Amino acid sequence: MIAHTGLVFGRWMRASYRQPALIAFTLVQPAIWLLLFGQLFQGVVRLPGFGDSSYIAFLTPGIVMMTALMTSGWSGTSFVQDMERGVMDRMLASPVSRGGLMAGQLLSNATTTLIQTILVFAIGIAAGARYDGGIVGYLVTIVASMLVGTAFGSLSNAVALLTRQQEALIGISQFVSLPLTFMSSIMIDPTVAPHWVNVAARFNPVDWATIAARQSLAADPNWSSVWRHCLYLLAFTLIVGWLSTRAFRTYQRSV
Amino acid sequence: MATHAVEAVELVKTYPAGRKNPPLRALDGLTVSVGEGVVLGLLGPNGAGKSTTVKILTTLSRADSGTAVVAGYDVNRSPDQVRRSIGYVPQKSSSDPMATGLENLVLSGRIFGLSHQESLQRARELLERFGLREHGSRPVKTYSGGMQRKLDVALGLVHRPKVLFLDEPTTGLDPEARANLWNEVVRLSGQEGLTVLLTTHYLEEADRLAGQLAIVDHGRIVAEGTPEALKASLRGDSVHVELVDPDTDGTVRALLGQLPGIGEIVVEGNTLRARVDRGATAVPAVLGALEDKAIPVVAVTVSRPSLDDVYLQHTGRSFRVAEEAA
Ligand SMILES: Nc1ncnc2c1ncn2[C@@H]1O[C@H](COP(=O)(O)OP(=O)(O)OP(=O)(O)O)[C@@H](O)[C@H]1O
Ligand SMILES: [Mg+2]
Repeated sequence: MIAHTGLVFGRWMRASYRQPALIAFTLVQPAIWLLLFGQLFQGVVRLPGFGDSSYIAFLTPGIVMMTALMTSGWSGTSFVQDMERGVMDRMLASPVSRGGLMAGQLLSNATTTLIQTILVFAIGIAAGARYDGGIVGYLVTIVASMLVGTAFGSLSNAVALLTRQQEALIGISQFVSLPLTFMSSIMIDPTVAPHWVNVAARFNPVDWATIAARQSLAADPNWSSVWRHCLYLLAFTLIVGWLSTRAFRTYQRSV
Repeated sequence: MATHAVEAVELVKTYPAGRKNPPLRALDGLTVSVGEGVVLGLLGPNGAGKSTTVKILTTLSRADSGTAVVAGYDVNRSPDQVRRSIGYVPQKSSSDPMATGLENLVLSGRIFGLSHQESLQRARELLERFGLREHGSRPVKTYSGGMQRKLDVALGLVHRPKVLFLDEPTTGLDPEARANLWNEVVRLSGQEGLTVLLTTHYLEEADRLAGQLAIVDHGRIVAEGTPEALKASLRGDSVHVELVDPDTDGTVRALLGQLPGIGEIVVEGNTLRARVDRGATAVPAVLGALEDKAIPVVAVTVSRPSLDDVYLQHTGRSFRVAEEAA
């Protein structure tokens, strides 16, 4: 499986660096969000109840997770393209490991997330965000964003295998990612959010990642909370990863 | 020795009901076998179940019931061994359009466990053999349809499979490319002992390429044998009558049906085709009858049974008509 993961990963990485326009888009988009929302909600900082003095510092880790979520929603489109051609069928009739087929693609998706995360941080810092936490904070944020990308990427791949349609896939992923973004602390501090949003956020993996990132970047992180949220996120990623690998069987039953 | 590289018994496959369509029985007890080193052609109208058969034999899909053994392994019990022993060229193009021809082939070789060096060497060899050498380092999306199809076949051969499944390999190829591919398949089965199961829409292809033929209709094999044996099994000759006006009200059909020694008649637009015991006596009788009723005729020809007649006999449709309906 590991060898096959590497081979499949190589395939998708080669495909993505041949699409410079797509790369540019995936990088420009989070930059725009960060600057746009940064401007839009700046005044919010002066509201009572906000702990952070700089909204851009608060927002940056949130945008990191939002970007990871939004980008990974598209992940399954590459599976749909493979199914529209005979590539998926040829692969599934070969001895390729199903896990490798899934993991290799997710790994290339996570690589995109990694680059986006670094870029968002660079822009955030250029716009004045400062973090007191050390290098560990950045590492936790990077790992958490890659887990978000992998978990939602594998869900997107599973939806692709089940629906086999580009439109259905995009529709479903938009339908899911918007509420996940807004029912979280990505943009608004939980202390000023309505109660029901906070309740919903407790079950939101994107929020787990945002909390872990923000706390680990703070001056005096609450490490037990950081690790607990990271652990939830890891468990979630493994479960959906396993489930989506099972979706190959469902696809094979329908061809 | 009567060893079979492919042996499928009583395959049944039903696709579940969709939103608009009722459940569909794509295979209805299909039994077929292919001897080692033999090229078997699966011939049949659209929707007959050819691709479904191939998908089950390549482990992509699963039959509801029935058994299939490919290269000595049961497709349900040892799918991995089957996958290692076969090459599969799906009906749809199966190359990655973003990758180059060479990258496609190398990746496929590596998935089957060849080393990078071995894969590279094998990939170059196949590009050469399929006339794609100069195009190996171009992305596949810049290939023509015919070039893509050749690459598809090459992709099925990288790991030197024992059994090769070709689902309509030459659809969309020009006559020259088609002939080249036929030569390649003949060479592979002759020199390397490769077993080939191919589905096709071309009678000529089936006639030229396949040592064995199986005609599929409504999910079952309705006839099988060598092309010669199938033709020989049809007694008598085949008479084609070309009329000036189409026989819309069926008078011509009724008229000819009364003549002695005439078997079933099929009408397709302006032409009637009839199976007759003896062409030599049937032709004057047919002409006489038409003349009596003053029905204008363009031509009456008589021929030995062709594969088209075999096809007609077993599927109730002429091949050409089935094609045009598609
Ligand atoms: N994935 C699927 N879901 C539902 N029905 C299917 C599916 N694949 C095939 N069918 C149906 O099963 C029947 C047999 O299809 P199959 O693809 O095997 O035909 P075929 O002989 O290969 O035809 P063609 O010459 O058009 O390729 C058809 O009626 C088709 O509509
Ligand atoms: Mg088909």
